[in-house]
Amino acid sequence: MPNAIGLERTDYKGATSTLCPGCGHDSISNQIISATYDLNLNMTQVIKFSGIGCSSKTPAYFLRGSHGFNAVHGRMPSVATGATLANHDLTAIGVSGDGDTGSIGLGQYKHLIRRNVPMVYIIENNGVYGLTKGQFSATAEEGAKLKYYGVNDLPAIDLCLEAIVGGCTFVARSFSGDAKQVQTLIKAAIAHRGTAVLDIISPCVTFNNAPDATKSYDYGKEHEIPLHSIEFMPKGYVPAKEEITVESGYAGAIDVTMHDGSSIRLKAIDNDHDPRSREKAIMLLEKAQRENLFLTGLIYYEEPHPTLGETLELTPTALTKLDDSLLRPSASVLADVMKAFA
Amino acid sequence: MCALNIQPELKPAYQGESVVNDFALMIATKNGSGSQTSNEVLIRSLFRMGIPVSAKNLFPSNIKGLPTWYTIRASKDSYIARRDTTEIGVVMNQDTAAEDIQNLPPGGVCIIPSDWKWGQSREDITYYEIPVKATVAQSDIPSEFRDRISNMVYVGVCAQMFDIPLPIVEKALLDTFNGKAKPAAMNFGVIQNAYNWAQENLVKADPFHFEAMNLTEGKILITGNEAAALGSLFGGVSVVAWYPITPSTSLVDGILDHKQIRKDATGKDTVAVVQAEDELAAVGMIIGAGWAGARSLTSTSGPGISLMSEFVGLAYYAEIPCVIWDITRMGPSTGLPTRTSQGDLLSLHFLSHGDTRHVVLLPGSVAECFEFGWRSLDIADQFQTPVFVMSDLDLGMNIWMSDQFAYPDQPLNHGKALRDKDALDAFIADKGEWFRYRDYDQDAIPYRTLPGVDHMRAAYFTRGTGHTDMGTYSERGDDWVKGLQRITDKINNARELLPQPIADIDPAKKIGILSFGSNHDAIEEARDTLTANGIHTNYMRVRALPLAQSVHDFIHSHQTVYVIENNFDGQLAQIIRMETSKDTTHMHSMALGDTLPMTATWIVSEITKRENN
Repeated sequence: MPNAIGLERTDYKGATSTLCPGCGHDSISNQIISATYDLNLNMTQVIKFSGIGCSSKTPAYFLRGSHGFNAVHGRMPSVATGATLANHDLTAIGVSGDGDTGSIGLGQYKHLIRRNVPMVYIIENNGVYGLTKGQFSATAEEGAKLKYYGVNDLPAIDLCLEAIVGGCTFVARSFSGDAKQVQTLIKAAIAHRGTAVLDIISPCVTFNNAPDATKSYDYGKEHEIPLHSIEFMPKGYVPAKEEITVESGYAGAIDVTMHDGSSIRLKAIDNDHDPRSREKAIMLLEKAQRENLFLTGLIYYEEPHPTLGETLELTPTALTKLDDSLLRPSASVLADVMKAFA
Repeated sequence: MCALNIQPELKPAYQGESVVNDFALMIATKNGSGSQTSNEVLIRSLFRMGIPVSAKNLFPSNIKGLPTWYTIRASKDSYIARRDTTEIGVVMNQDTAAEDIQNLPPGGVCIIPSDWKWGQSREDITYYEIPVKATVAQSDIPSEFRDRISNMVYVGVCAQMFDIPLPIVEKALLDTFNGKAKPAAMNFGVIQNAYNWAQENLVKADPFHFEAMNLTEGKILITGNEAAALGSLFGGVSVVAWYPITPSTSLVDGILDHKQIRKDATGKDTVAVVQAEDELAAVGMIIGAGWAGARSLTSTSGPGISLMSEFVGLAYYAEIPCVIWDITRMGPSTGLPTRTSQGDLLSLHFLSHGDTRHVVLLPGSVAECFEFGWRSLDIADQFQTPVFVMSDLDLGMNIWMSDQFAYPDQPLNHGKALRDKDALDAFIADKGEWFRYRDYDQDAIPYRTLPGVDHMRAAYFTRGTGHTDMGTYSERGDDWVKGLQRITDKINNARELLPQPIADIDPAKKIGILSFGSNHDAIEEARDTLTANGIHTNYMRVRALPLAQSVHDFIHSHQTVYVIENNFDGQLAQIIRMETSKDTTHMHSMALGDTLPMTATWIVSEITKRENN
């Protein structure tokens, strides 16, 4: 069925995936396809980014109508920073992995967030390096076991916690086995203005999918604790009247209105997490780490800060669309400048 | 006046022939003491007198306290290269004073604070001992400014002793303070007191005088980095990302200082400047921006270049325009951050793993820093490749006299970019297709669409992995060879399209000098001296890599060729040897690499020595 701009869901696909059959990353690509189809996105106004690794191959497998850039390992954030500064009219979606973001790219990840580069930043997190045949990544939990590399002795880096500490205004964790939640969070992330981080646990079926591995399918299916049931309401959507009455909180629903007029509605399941509190979000992640809880959902949200381009007070026209007359001052301007040096 | 009534021992007034506008001053101070302002006032004053001047700042990698030497050369013959000898020493740093005095030539002048009570150790030079503290004390200066302002004392003394009119000094001072009258007046008060003191208390015992000329009319004084910044702004740069590093920092400072010339109608910026977290991020940002269709640049020095290596390979292979300025300093490693060198030539030309060969522009003057500032952005777009511009600390940070810069003589060249739907439709109507890396014009340069072109066939996937001319992933050997061959052809085609060498050739002369960059002025001066000594030379200055054919022709049309470079390994000579199968035994590498700007004296002595062998 064509969407509002006349495109079929299949139009949003990319090339055929070359990842292992059953890879969690492919299901995330599918949710990106579904989300953008549902949102009626004009693909030509989307730019895709990735670093290096299994996850980073995936931008070739969705949104064939969007320009994509498979950059160098861990440095996708800087490329996305430059591209979004150059043309702020475009919607940027980046896909990275846990090695790409948590190890080689941790610095760029933190600085992307610090600058509030407007983009969706998806981490397809499987705790393992796949293309080099199964080394631990920095998000592998302490005590994790791998076939060749034995036991991981080091604590995991929590990329959601890093994002919150770094000043990110939209931080979510999900599980690639939870298709509906992934898709909803992607929609919300696209609607967000600023850096939106989605850390999606995405099992590596080849190297890290033993039933007791915390980033495996079986483990995820069994242990995932969604914080809320989550619903995305696009701009103009009018929800049923009784649902609007939201009490201060915790037992009821929380509506978050996004910059573009869309909103997300979070209904608590069996906890009282309010993602609008930074302190609570940090405590929640601490608790999850301490008690080994696989909590998913929107962990932290706040009103968007100025994006990098806004901080720099740039002209409203995308820099790539500036007329040559704005790119080159006149000869008389040069003559004036020269006087200052005479 | 009693506080100033210190009568130094003086030589009798000088009776011999004057030396006019052909000598150099060396001002030795401590870094961070505020002497830069005084030195700038002096050089500006001489410039305003119409005397050709040049300045070299030899400063330490330090914020405060280590020695720094600033040399100012006046040359009635318009020679502006560094000079080995400085006749006048303004010795203001006790830590280096003994050596500074020792280095003065016989007949030289030493200006030294009488406060030190050092006495006069040399018989063959003239001493002017000046009461620095008392002069400052006499001027009503708030205590917090006294140390810094004490440097104005030597300005006043020099003005008096070497004939720089005070009104000119006053105007230069005002300009140095960007028109701020109050600090200018306070400083000028000290200059005036020092001037008056010298007039009343010193007897001129040296031959050195400045005299007004008219050789700086229509000229400017500027650093290469500021020139590069201006050139880039006139070249339409719209995304700048950088990480601070000596000696390149003042390039981006220049962009920040002057970007107001690029405001839009509502006063908003059309240039984004981002201070990155490191050089990897800086180059990543400009590659992202170049890919999206902006004109982008970064500025760095050797260590930053090393860090950028991987990304530059991506931009080369994925064919993404961007401009990288390398203001070179001494390497390897951290090296000497505040000393000049041309040691990055080879690493720039071949930066990154695998088979890469980059376009490198080689400005030889501040005017070329301006010109290559805008031209580099055109060349990057034209060839869809990273373009390096290799300047150096000497060119970049020192103040140079130059003709006023010429306005770009051609419109912005955006290269083969399909910037909107109509452009892509027209292309497809003509060719029946569009693929990112296909060579439609047989010039090895493909067409690119910009992200955001509202056309379902506009998208392509940019990757550093193997790809076909359709932009699709490929691990096939023939695809790889075909792709890399086209890129190689593209870079080879650039040889004759980049800024061509500038040559001064008389077929009757048998000796050729080949060089590049900031050595130019020393070479021109050296050639005059060599000619006077009966050694006649031709000269070619290379302005870009890969080399034009005319460079090889030059090499092989001379009996002897000297390749002069300010690096240790003779890197340009190596590139020439790499590219030719002809005999090059007549080509001699003259590589200096001694951390200082090239001098005519060294070139003359080296060539004379070799010619006489």
